[in-house]
Amino acid sequence: MTDQGTTLGLSRDEMARRVALDIPDGSYVNLGIGIPELITKFVPEGRELIYHTENGLLGMGPAPEPGQGDPELINAGKRQVTILPGAAYFHHADSFAMIRGGHLDLCVLGALQVASNGDLANWSTGAPDAIPAVGGAMDLVAGVKSIFVVTKHCTKHGEPKLVSACTYPLTGLGIVDRIYTDLAVIEVTPQGFQLVELSPGATYEYVQERTGAPLLPIAEPGGASR
Amino acid sequence: MIDKQVASVAEALAGVLDGATVMIGGFGEAGSPIELIHALIDQGATDLTVVNNNTGSGEVGLAALIQAGRVSKMICSYPRTTNSTVFPKLYRSGRTKLELVPQGTLAERIRAGGAGIPAFYTPTSVGTPLEEGKERRSFDGRDYVLEYGLKADFALLKGLAADRYGNVIYNKTARNFTPLMAMAGATTVVQVASVLPAGELDPEAIVTPGIFVNRVVSVANPAHESVLVAEGVSYP
Repeated sequence: MTDQGTTLGLSRDEMARRVALDIPDGSYVNLGIGIPELITKFVPEGRELIYHTENGLLGMGPAPEPGQGDPELINAGKRQVTILPGAAYFHHADSFAMIRGGHLDLCVLGALQVASNGDLANWSTGAPDAIPAVGGAMDLVAGVKSIFVVTKHCTKHGEPKLVSACTYPLTGLGIVDRIYTDLAVIEVTPQGFQLVELSPGATYEYVQERTGAPLLPIAEPGGASR
Repeated sequence: MIDKQVASVAEALAGVLDGATVMIGGFGEAGSPIELIHALIDQGATDLTVVNNNTGSGEVGLAALIQAGRVSKMICSYPRTTNSTVFPKLYRSGRTKLELVPQGTLAERIRAGGAGIPAFYTPTSVGTPLEEGKERRSFDGRDYVLEYGLKADFALLKGLAADRYGNVIYNKTARNFTPLMAMAGATTVVQVASVLPAGELDPEAIVTPGIFVNRVVSVANPAHESVLVAEGVSYP
């Protein structure tokens, strides 16, 4: 693995912007903590998305102005939020009926690892002294219609996060549809990881070298593939 | 005449026995019945199994109850939160046990417990470590895990307003688990900022109908956990 990639690849904001481009108008969306939260800033003009938070709100708006919040109006990350016109409050069983019952269109989550069969690990490293905490992650991946993962392509130690099989405890089996990284957009297909798009400056070889499972190249018109 | 209002938080907690299962409403600080939890610390019951999504923060409310050594087991989905230091310490020392439940499964187990459903199948956790030891069954080609309903001896809850019949409305996302726990508690206690004359609550707006509630207690200006934590308060 070479060192030339230190400046290559999208920033966190750019990754969020790239995901936002692919979310259709009118979608009901649940965004995880971290990079997924940034997506709201980059929704293209003219599209209306409705944000769901597990703790009982559809129509979530941005953070309140300092001093204007209510400690009892919070998101799943327990940070204060606001509501938008048309918002609705509901209890936890209704909230997870929306999730488990397949009523939400899209969930965007972070990941520790994604396997080429769509398995996701994002809730625990399995370290013996860690306090296990799962929250709503397993319900979201089991029930929401589409699951996008947005993550750095590799860990800070340079290990691939896209792997042939997850070594961390699983969140769900075969549930990831698309992966947006700093280096590429990748679809999870029955044949494995399918490259969809390269970030500016990235090459197929560069991304494959940093991916822990075979990466199917972008098919070019006319049958040649590369 | 029906009047479920009691005079004090101490009276509201009469009858909580050692070894009881106690559901405590709230998601983080939203909906946390801090005054009832502090009254439970004063009341003295111990060896409790507590059901809550989290484990409290700082040294007030649920965290103070755990700190006081009253909780032998937590049933929750996310025992790690900002400023949550009490539970990790007791968990690592082996003094407080943990049953980790996915959040939606926790909500549905409580709902089922209150609704007369002993168990149900859910797709959540299939193929994960949290499925271990549970029965799996396939419906229409998809696998599901058997989960059991949860009931409690007491449910300690917080609402915005109630009437003497125990009808309750809530404040914003403070609703969360509370209406479910109201159904699952053998004795359901709700603290509210105001007790209104019967007929004042719009029947179309009532979230928890009074049949699920046994005791109502007025706590006019409930504390906010984040404010107490910021002030460095430690209870008692």
